[in-house]
Amino acid sequence: MSKKRNPARKKVKQWTGFLYILPWVLGFGCFQLYPFVSSFYYSFTNYTLLNTPRFVGLGNYITLFTADKQFLETMKITGAYALMSVPLKLAFALFIASILNAKVKGIGIYRSLYYLPSILGGSVAVSVLWRVLFMKDGAINRFMGIFGLPAVNWLTDPDIALFTLSMLQIWQFGSAMVIFLAALKQIPSDLYEAAEMDGAGRFRKFFNITLPQISSVLFFNLIMQSIQALQNFTSAFVITGGGPMKKTYIIGMKLYDDAFKYYKVGYACAESWILFLVILALTLLVFRSSSAWVYYADEGGK
Amino acid sequence: MKREQKQNLWRHIILISVGFFLLYPVIFMVFASFKNSNEIFASSNLLPEKWLFENYTNGWSSGATGTVTFTNFFINTFVLVIPVVAATVISCTLAAYGFGRFDFPFKKILFLVLMATLMLPNTVIIIPRFMLFKKIGWLDSYLPFFVPALFAAYPFFIFMIIQFLRGVPSELDESAKMDGCNSFQILIHILLPILKPAVFSAGLFQFLWTWNDFYNQFIFINTPAKFTLSLGLRLSIDASTEAVKWNEVMAMSVCSVIPLFVLFFCAQRYFVDGIATSGLKG
Repeated sequence: MSKKRNPARKKVKQWTGFLYILPWVLGFGCFQLYPFVSSFYYSFTNYTLLNTPRFVGLGNYITLFTADKQFLETMKITGAYALMSVPLKLAFALFIASILNAKVKGIGIYRSLYYLPSILGGSVAVSVLWRVLFMKDGAINRFMGIFGLPAVNWLTDPDIALFTLSMLQIWQFGSAMVIFLAALKQIPSDLYEAAEMDGAGRFRKFFNITLPQISSVLFFNLIMQSIQALQNFTSAFVITGGGPMKKTYIIGMKLYDDAFKYYKVGYACAESWILFLVILALTLLVFRSSSAWVYYADEGGK
Repeated sequence: MKREQKQNLWRHIILISVGFFLLYPVIFMVFASFKNSNEIFASSNLLPEKWLFENYTNGWSSGATGTVTFTNFFINTFVLVIPVVAATVISCTLAAYGFGRFDFPFKKILFLVLMATLMLPNTVIIIPRFMLFKKIGWLDSYLPFFVPALFAAYPFFIFMIIQFLRGVPSELDESAKMDGCNSFQILIHILLPILKPAVFSAGLFQFLWTWNDFYNQFIFINTPAKFTLSLGLRLSIDASTEAVKWNEVMAMSVCSVIPLFVLFFCAQRYFVDGIATSGLKG
């Protein structure tokens, strides 16, 4: 009797778990998998929302890399934007985290205040604020004037505007900082004590102990922040509108324009797939190389 | 001891001066919202010469669209955000419970899929999503936000709760099962009280991201009467043909982030713990 009941019960139990994830399975299918696959399909068609999609093979991709001069330019700008913002953001986050990683009074208050920009930074309100702050006669130039520095055309100089956008990205370093701080707290203090006894200085300790110990977190932050930076839209759209001279026309904006302004849906899907492949390659590259420089304490586990 | 004190002093000096630079934009925004338009650009003083509270009343109703005011934008934002948060929290907790506590067919592969979608950029799926919603007539409504939330299309939060659930000993569920609880009762009576911080963090982040979201709202909603704060603010710097009244725009910007301020100062612990334990973006 018990022999007969057991497998039946086990089966029931099995499908109970599935029942709980069922909403996710449906949601994943409809709102992630289906769009993902159809985006791939559309990228090989000339679909424009008005016509029925016609298969054009690699046509869109060929156009992207040959006829459309703006696409490569846009990819370059997007890459420059990520390269300017992500490393600086992480370096800054790590710097502040290591200052906060000490038994000093009021650390909690600093941590909260420094996190505040991350809460507000993504909003349209702050993008609008950025535009006001960095205008020719805005507060930033006035502030610099106090120290005798010349006014800068933060938003209208084609060489500088992209950096102005990056600064908004860097300003939101709070979540990277919190993750670093949690990782720094995990480092056993006897490592530092031993190093001090061997006469290691501040820099030696940082490069030989701190950095290897937090490398897995660093790598994680690097991927997530890059993926996020490559997809930015709001700040470029609100602050510079892609200008001056399309020097801040990042891929998020071009995608929007091609898909929703010019209705070149098939073409825009091809663009989004290039972006996806770049992100995928980046992720794999970082994963691949991580075994060389990421240090895991529990070697067996990972 | 002396040396340590000196070091601490340096720490505080660095932390305070960096903090001042970081928060300067926010402080500026608050004071600028009370200045007159010229003063924002012509004066180096942080404090306004005269406190113009009418920036708030004028900005509130001057939305370039006439009848639609920030009252509408505020109400719309809450009508959009609150159901999204509630639906996300419920659906993601269920999914996390399924993944964290049960064995079922295809679990391994499904979990792998879940992890892969963490890295799936929104940019790739937004265009077909738009066409899907257009086909079923959901554009210009909040359904493109409600329904994916109801079906747990936010893998990040599922992952976050799974991570937390892993730290909860399964003896707890076992003993509850002995007492005759079914799996749903275990979730509600035993695990949920323990999971509260993680669920709360997920809700907070979803609130924050949906509140701040511009891209999706911009694509899916196009009637001003349905505009949220993000869209309304954009409208106020865009649509007016005459010079933008930046002081009023600043006032409305302040209004639109006040709920975030309140939320942050009431629940900062959950924000900070949330990212620290799940170790993710922000």
